[in-house]
Amino acid sequence: MNSSKLYNAVFAAGIAFILACLMIGVKLDTDSTVLAVKGATAEQWAWIFGGIAVVFLSQLFSTQVDALFRAIPKPDIQALLPQQQKFATLKPWLIAAIIVVMMIWPFMVSRGSVDLATLTLIYIMLGLGLNIVVGLAGLLDLGFVAFYAVGAYTYALLSQYFGMSFWACLPISAGLAATFGFLLGFPVLRLRGDYLAIVTLGFGEIIRILLNNWTSLTGGPNGISGIAKPTLFGLEFNRRAKEEGAMTFHEYFDMDYSSSYKVIFLYLIAVLLVICVIYLINRLMRMPIGRAWEALREDEIACRSLGLNRTAIKLSAFTLGASTAGFAGCFFAARQGFISPESFIFIESAIILAIVVLGGMGSQLGIIFAAIIMTILPELAREFSEYRMLLFGLLMVVMMRWRPQGLVPMKRPNLELKQQ
Amino acid sequence: MSQLLLDVNGLTMRFGGLVAVNGVNLKVKNRQIVSVIGPNGAGKTTVFNCLSGFYIPTEGSVMLKNEQIAGLKDYQISRKGLVRTFQHVRLFQKMTVIENMLVAQHRHLNTNLFSGLLKTPNYRRLEKDAMEHAAHWLEEVGLLEYANREAGNLAYGQQRRLEIARCMVTQPELLMLDEPAAGLNPNETKELDELIIKLRDEHEISILLIEHDMSLVMGISDHIYVIAQGTPLANGTAEQIKGNPDVIKAYLGEE
Ligand SMILES: Nc1ncnc2c1ncn2[C@@H]1O[C@H](COP(=O)(O)OP(=O)(O)OP(=O)(O)O)[C@@H](O)[C@H]1O
Ligand SMILES: [Mg+2]
Repeated sequence: MNSSKLYNAVFAAGIAFILACLMIGVKLDTDSTVLAVKGATAEQWAWIFGGIAVVFLSQLFSTQVDALFRAIPKPDIQALLPQQQKFATLKPWLIAAIIVVMMIWPFMVSRGSVDLATLTLIYIMLGLGLNIVVGLAGLLDLGFVAFYAVGAYTYALLSQYFGMSFWACLPISAGLAATFGFLLGFPVLRLRGDYLAIVTLGFGEIIRILLNNWTSLTGGPNGISGIAKPTLFGLEFNRRAKEEGAMTFHEYFDMDYSSSYKVIFLYLIAVLLVICVIYLINRLMRMPIGRAWEALREDEIACRSLGLNRTAIKLSAFTLGASTAGFAGCFFAARQGFISPESFIFIESAIILAIVVLGGMGSQLGIIFAAIIMTILPELAREFSEYRMLLFGLLMVVMMRWRPQGLVPMKRPNLELKQQ
Repeated sequence: MSQLLLDVNGLTMRFGGLVAVNGVNLKVKNRQIVSVIGPNGAGKTTVFNCLSGFYIPTEGSVMLKNEQIAGLKDYQISRKGLVRTFQHVRLFQKMTVIENMLVAQHRHLNTNLFSGLLKTPNYRRLEKDAMEHAAHWLEEVGLLEYANREAGNLAYGQQRRLEIARCMVTQPELLMLDEPAAGLNPNETKELDELIIKLRDEHEISILLIEHDMSLVMGISDHIYVIAQGTPLANGTAEQIKGNPDVIKAYLGEE
């Protein structure tokens, strides 16, 4: 054991001690009318010192800890998947089976599960959208939630002021979010990496603050409530039709009213939207534009030397990514029936980014898995909801140590060449 | 003077107080191999950066096929048929060899979003042509069997060749190579030598070459320009350059 290790350990423990003292060790409390500084209880101190001991020891024995980490076997997901050729013939069937299961499944489980699945599908859409910008084009965007908000507010406002239907607003939301993506794209064209991240972060905040303060239009912090739910060819899913003479779903099909129809209907719409998004993005990735995004991520200078117009490529990535978020946002507003700026805080951007990174940059399958994990995990660990962020952090650290390339790293397409 | 492909006059590039390139003239005719040599830091790469639009030259004119290209954007210049490689290989590392070749044909392929989403017949035909074109050039440089390999996993010499193939697939008229032999073994250098000659003789393009390997340069160049400290020192055929005392002095250093 060398002295630099010991020095490191003492240093880390010292930092941990100072931070713990400031954050947990002392507390401000109101003593009738004045503020008083109070120390922590003995039990808390015991925890603090326990934690510091862990930090100290783990630093001191960091080589051993590293070895331990390395000893954990890394599962090879590629090996778990069937052989390439077999997989290719199986794939359409597999996809069809998954879609069928996804369609039947909601009729057999509780309302809560279906609702959670709908939320997961929204995050899948968001993850896939951000994947275009971050995973493929390599542009770090920390304000993605802004486009989500634009989509949501577009539908909420159009529905509130003009009574427009969900289905009509879906393309409008996507289009408007795309316009915002385009507008944001312009000033940030020359930026890369950290600078880009900061500007997009700022953009996300601007949109949120705008929504918060433009009270006359957006209702400010109170948000917008009573947003109309989607209809099935004009059939509502309420107990009674809102408009005179209109039919509701259960009346039309002569069934008893059940509130779970609405939940299942929303879920099915989400499935439909996700399938559309997956298909479209999958096509885009195999098209010249998708390859250009990736080329831009790999080497911008080489792109320029080959006659690729980076302005157009970056803008298209921003625009298409944003439109996906707008899509998701419109659906989100319809599902919630109520939106406020609260739903579009920075943490949402961070979660979406976490989904992309966790899933494996660029990989659609990985993003779907990651979105499922990121939404289901907090539900399973409800009792620990206070520690939600802590768990996310832990998950991130473990993932980066254990599988930095993400759950399912992107696989390169194998292109068939005719051998001459 | 219609056979002049590239005509550079009085090219000057200043970075603040530093004059990296000072009044360089270059002439490249059709189907010619022209080399630019000079000691390290002479400003050769800077000349390339000016010609290819990465820098906007402070002064001077760059005529490509009698058309002024100084001041155009980099991607516009490459679309006019002037394409380059880099001193340090710049591939799309995480993409496969064939994808690298397809990206280079982006301009020929890029119809519109909807034809691609709907896989229209026209789109399919363009994709197919691009694949065949890519396969053709991969074969020329001997990389066809590696088509689905990640570019970053190729051996260094192969990466160099891929970079050249990737330029060729854009159908250039003038190919600029920045030290293509750097880091190659004698065998690979010989292959490169043959490839460059083949490009000129069979594919009828012109090549502007920066190279430190004197035997390569002297062996294949139709014309050689020497620059030292950004300033033109001499130009002529290999024989003329070999016997030029100024050039020898510049390379060996004074005193
Ligand atoms: N962007 C820049 N800003 C400031 N100075 C630069 C820039 N680019 C090049 N220079 C300077 O210009 C001079 C010429 O550099 P250049 O890279 O063109 O030399 P070179 O002939 O290619 O050398 P080598 O044989 O080592 O590749 C050097 O002194 C370099 O420091
Ligand atoms: Mg150089």
